[in-house]
Amino acid sequence: MSKLSQKHLLGIKDITREDIELIFETADNFKEVINRPIKKVPSLRDVTIANVFFENSTRTRLSFELAQKRLSADVINFSASNSSVKKGETLLDTVNNILAMKVDMIVMRHASPGAPHFLSRHIKANIVNAGDGTHEHPTQALLDAYSIREKLGSVSGKKVAIIGDILHSRVALSNIFALQKLGAKVMVCGPPTLLPKYINQLGVQVELNVTKALEWCDVANVLRIQLERQHIKYFPSLREYSLYYGIHKKLLESLKKQIVLMHPGPINRGVELSSDAADSQHSIILDQVENGVAIRMAVLYLLAGAA
Amino acid sequence: MQKKLILDSDLLDITISRLCQQLIEVHQDFSETVILGLQPRGIFLAEIIHQKLEKLLKKSIPLGYLDATFHRDDFRRREIPVKANETRVPFAIEGKRVVLIDDVLFTGRTVRAAMDAMIAFGRPEKVELLVLIDRKYNRDLPIAPDYVGKVVNTLASQKVLVELESKGLNNKIWLINKD
Repeated sequence: MSKLSQKHLLGIKDITREDIELIFETADNFKEVINRPIKKVPSLRDVTIANVFFENSTRTRLSFELAQKRLSADVINFSASNSSVKKGETLLDTVNNILAMKVDMIVMRHASPGAPHFLSRHIKANIVNAGDGTHEHPTQALLDAYSIREKLGSVSGKKVAIIGDILHSRVALSNIFALQKLGAKVMVCGPPTLLPKYINQLGVQVELNVTKALEWCDVANVLRIQLERQHIKYFPSLREYSLYYGIHKKLLESLKKQIVLMHPGPINRGVELSSDAADSQHSIILDQVENGVAIRMAVLYLLAGAA
Repeated sequence: MQKKLILDSDLLDITISRLCQQLIEVHQDFSETVILGLQPRGIFLAEIIHQKLEKLLKKSIPLGYLDATFHRDDFRRREIPVKANETRVPFAIEGKRVVLIDDVLFTGRTVRAAMDAMIAFGRPEKVELLVLIDRKYNRDLPIAPDYVGKVVNTLASQKVLVELESKGLNNKIWLINKD
């Protein structure tokens, strides 16, 4: 099969293992394309894509835009901060107005969990979720799992620890779904206040001690402390968080084995990850960014092709 | 479903050997020539020809695989998108003479897409096309092969089945009537 089971990419929860594998195989081909002297293919030349961002983003938006341009799609960018949303327009009205301009696909980031799911029930265009609140961030999970597959040969059977602010992280949830679908063992690690209450119902192990988590895992995916979503204090100070949960080179070198270090960005250097760890040979953070473009090209290509 | 044998394994071997001789006539020692097999099915023929040429000329000749999936003109026009295959062109084609190799030439659309894909790797001096089977009267585009194994008159409703393995002795080519 060379077709996804879904018309939209709303979350990893909705797609199958076969879908993920098809996306990875297609991304392999696009990775070769983006390393050519001429990095562009004409596949999506009659497709128009709107990037609708109701929340700030640098990496994801750039990555999507680059993926779209490499596929020769026409791209329009919309960010809520300088739009009529400020004048009180509803989400559905905003999007319907964009679609009236003959747009085929919507890539959306929104602060409310479920916003792309709501849209998918009302509009015909393909929707790609580029992050909805604290819910899911499917393309990030795909590129994370793809980077693990690239580095370690496969995801199945690998032990992955997700460390940090699990409570506010859409990356964590999408990663848990993706890794489990691909047969990896997943552990979450962080201060108890930043772990969701019923997280163990997702079938993940829970660990409070970061050294133990690192000793257990093959791959550590370190998440950022999302201060912008924390309206109450979850820990005494960043300094204290860094002391107990920060990962630094000394800690990595004290382990008996080599582990792979990942971070979805943006990194708060000196908080969850020290500079000497982020820039060490353990880190595949910049590979993740490169793979992000290939993965997003694959997702857009497969969704557009199935239309 | 009726099946008619077009080329059996002995004839096929003779045909491929003849194609190799024709290539050598034009390209001599292949010092400025590279071979590109078209994915997915042209690569087996390209491998066989490449092997024979290297044996005849006693030197190594660059061989690459080219996948034209992302350059096809029927994307979003068919029910299921075509699955992409590996492209591997580990050499520069700038200024080289390129021989594109595919098993069957039908509408010419794959070859058009392949030429588009090839340009991403540089500007070749000259491009030639070698096909094992040329299905006459079925072209949608003004594309003609430079080297042909066998010309076959077919209906659009028929199918040419190529059974090729790079080492196998059981290579055969069939014409199939679809019901």
